Amino acid sequence: MSVWSRIANVFRGKRLNHEIDLEIQSHMEEAIANGRDPREARRAFGSTLLYRERSRDVRLFAWMDSLRADAVFGWRQLLKSKVTSVAAILSLALAIGACTSAFRLMDALLLRPLPVANPERLYDLSRQGIGPDGKPQDFDGWAYPDFQLMRAAVQDQAELIAVSYSETGDLTYKSDAEIEKAYLQYVSGWMFSSLGIRPALGRVLTENDDLKPGAHPYAVLSHDYWVHRFGQDPAVIGRTFHMGNDLYEIVGVAEAPFTGTEPGTMVDIFLPTMMHPGVTHKDWTWHRTLALVKPGVAMEPMRQKLEATSLAFEEGRAKGFLGMTQETIDTYLNQKLVLAHAGTGVSDLQSGTRQPLVVLGVLVALVLLIACANVANLMTAQAAARTREMAVRVSIGGGRWRLVQLVLVQGAWLGALAAAIGGLFAWWSGPFVVNRINPPDNPARLLLPADWRVLGFGVVLALGATLLFGLAPALRASAINPVSALKGGENPHSRRRLMHALIAVQVAFCFLVLFVAGLFVATFQRLTHQPIGFSADRLLLLDTVAKLPQPQEVWEQTAEHLRSVPGVEMVAIADQPLLGGSSWNNSISAHGEVPNGVLTYMRAVSPGWLDTMKIPLLDGRDFRLNDVHPGSAIVNQTFANIYYPGERPLGQSFELVMDEGVRLKYQIVGLAGDVRYKNVREPILPQLYVPFRMAAGTKGKSEGVFLVRTSMTNSKALAAALREEVPRARPEFRVSRVRTQMEINQAQTVRERLLATLASFFAVVALILAGIGLYGVMHYSVLLRRREIGIRIAVGAQAGGIARLVTTDVFAMVAVGTLAGLGLGMASGRSIETLFFQVKATDLQMLALPAGAILVGALLAALRPIMQAVRMDPSSMLRTE
Amino acid sequence: MAKPDSLQGSMDLLVLKILSRRPNLHGYAIMTAIQDVSGEVLRVEEGSLYPALHRMEEAGWIRAEWVTKDSGRRARIYELTALGKKQLGLEESRWHAVSLAVNRVLREA
Repeated sequence: MSVWSRIANVFRGKRLNHEIDLEIQSHMEEAIANGRDPREARRAFGSTLLYRERSRDVRLFAWMDSLRADAVFGWRQLLKSKVTSVAAILSLALAIGACTSAFRLMDALLLRPLPVANPERLYDLSRQGIGPDGKPQDFDGWAYPDFQLMRAAVQDQAELIAVSYSETGDLTYKSDAEIEKAYLQYVSGWMFSSLGIRPALGRVLTENDDLKPGAHPYAVLSHDYWVHRFGQDPAVIGRTFHMGNDLYEIVGVAEAPFTGTEPGTMVDIFLPTMMHPGVTHKDWTWHRTLALVKPGVAMEPMRQKLEATSLAFEEGRAKGFLGMTQETIDTYLNQKLVLAHAGTGVSDLQSGTRQPLVVLGVLVALVLLIACANVANLMTAQAAARTREMAVRVSIGGGRWRLVQLVLVQGAWLGALAAAIGGLFAWWSGPFVVNRINPPDNPARLLLPADWRVLGFGVVLALGATLLFGLAPALRASAINPVSALKGGENPHSRRRLMHALIAVQVAFCFLVLFVAGLFVATFQRLTHQPIGFSADRLLLLDTVAKLPQPQEVWEQTAEHLRSVPGVEMVAIADQPLLGGSSWNNSISAHGEVPNGVLTYMRAVSPGWLDTMKIPLLDGRDFRLNDVHPGSAIVNQTFANIYYPGERPLGQSFELVMDEGVRLKYQIVGLAGDVRYKNVREPILPQLYVPFRMAAGTKGKSEGVFLVRTSMTNSKALAAALREEVPRARPEFRVSRVRTQMEINQAQTVRERLLATLASFFAVVALILAGIGLYGVMHYSVLLRRREIGIRIAVGAQAGGIARLVTTDVFAMVAVGTLAGLGLGMASGRSIETLFFQVKATDLQMLALPAGAILVGALLAALRPIMQAVRMDPSSMLRTE
Repeated sequence: MAKPDSLQGSMDLLVLKILSRRPNLHGYAIMTAIQDVSGEVLRVEEGSLYPALHRMEEAGWIRAEWVTKDSGRRARIYELTALGKKQLGLEESRWHAVSLAVNRVLREA
């Protein structure tokens, strides 16, 4: 009570004073009414002011009162130089906001433990070895039969849990017309109990839901999906949905924060692993294996046991690898099993963005330091302008700590305002960046909680920054010698030395940020200008599904129907788009030789596909309607160069060698130009196109993509119409997704674009901040040396000489900073090489660009202070002194 | 806040005692009451009375209130709180202990 009233009294000082005065007044009136002499009554109180002060001090916290006074004074100081203050606050806010935002992203993606009972004991199993391309490879996909053996082998040491790579599924709750997409994850039934995830409604899956392949069509929803799709309707339990040919029943909702084991993807529906089509396949690696290790278990013996079990499984499987050299098989089997901590989850997004995020985090931290140096310089300059005020304060008995407090409080104002604005910026920018991490039709879904961790980080950052930039000026201000200060100033150079050092540091950091940004921009440009071999312009893709496999005629009829839609130029069919992320590959035996271990990448396409994609036909012919798979083949130039060097590939025959010794025979009918198949970074792959039409006797296809080349530039405008035209042509078909080839191509460089955009943004910010810093310091040094400059001009110094005088020191510092930045850049460039494409940290151009930018920035910043110095009027200047 | 010395300790005791006997006095009345009751022996300075009153108010021993008196003058009157009553008991027993000890010294030294 009393503490609160004393705190409250701090903020109503005027009223308090008034009340005390009133009481004195009332006392004296009373005394006079009782017959005392008015003058004596007044004298009895002594100094009213002293008395008021003493009475005041017991009614509030004195230190708090002085703090309040300093805060008010500090605020007035900020208002006095509005432009400077706003510049300082905004630059600091931007930096703090960016830092907090980066931390928020890193925390959500990389640092935050999964919301499970025992994240510290969770591991992800993967295998490291040499891939078929001869490069080291690390893969954490497993085949289910292998998983079952491993689970049995280590059941005393750990519980193994299978979790599939999350995928999108097409499902319907009511009629087939309302097909929708949802994120699925197939998980071991016992995952829920092992990880301590309870149901929010109904029940979760158990081991009993995961016993026989295809026998457990039960689904558990994530809490998030339940909220968004069903509005928390409790009647969702018992509802069913169709997916493929299966009818699933919803049995429960998992409790809130758990949305799967992959940061970046929020799973909507959990299904038992036994419902996955690959669960009985020995050669289908479709799930991760997580190990929940029991407490106190030695890791290495368990790892060896797992490795031995898996090796035995693979050796058994390798006996069926016919037509592969022993060497290839040995390389394949020689893999090391690795257990990696998975307490924060495992996802491709996580591994793919870890390094870029860390690099961005470092850039952002550098920008923050630049901003801090700026504010420190501004505060030093301000403190210098207040030298006399400080000297007066010391002379009349202001304590040293009181002065430190005075300056620090002003810093705290800057920090607090910057933190508030920065917080808003972080709140907005976090989700903004997340939405841009993945392609637009598949944005990363990440829980970005702005909780105490993020808040704490922001507050610590703001406090740290305040101390960092406030302490030096504060200590300096408190160490003032009033005699020399009041006499006309101390040595002006001592203060400038600190500022110059900060300028050098700023320039070095700025160079580093510019340099790294330049590398990212160059990488992005080179990747986007990488030739892809086909044209993505005006190309619309309709992912189409049917409940049952449809014969080629039905697909062709639909394509024909689409050709008649106004605005459509060409239509073709393929199993999957190019660069869409789906790979289909096999080994080839040409001239009857044993496969060479190089994988050939395949795509099933209809007649007219090459034309629609604008891929040149170099030799032979396109597919005809009566060409079937297996049978006819079109190969690309790289394929021809590998298997038929110096020969004409047309008319040649070769065999496709599949697992378990199955061989399919093909004859080459055409030769096509090279195109990018998987991604734009890798060299061109040998490719083989086979007819979309299957040989007689097969059931046809239930999935495919219609590729539509439209006549209008904005092909998306046709999307809605075409989506309806497909089922109108053949009611069996549904369009599950409409994309443009351009979107797919851009998705290839999403990470690079993000890095280039953010890094350029920070580079511009860094350059502006460094420019402001330079300007501030030069402006200040002109101010400090105005007497000297005035005298020099008065005795006839030339403008050039004055300009040199003002700029020499600062430009020397810029040069020092640039050199230091150069060294830093070359040293750090090596550690992030993997993020670059066809650029090197040692490229002269890459180093010249930031140096040039800094030089131009420095010149611009120097312009005004130089003009000020040169145009100084010595007579008026010297008169005021 | 100033440290309570022995003199201020006795000031607290006097003020609390007066207020326990006659509640709702203003500062001037407290001052004159102490003077009258002690037979003009004890005199309280205005300069120390009010800081003491405010200190005891912040400590929660007494509470104050502005009133308009019959004469039309406004005054700030004080009364004891429950906490103040307890404090008064404490101060009284301490005073007794101290005066006993002082008497013993005077008698036996």
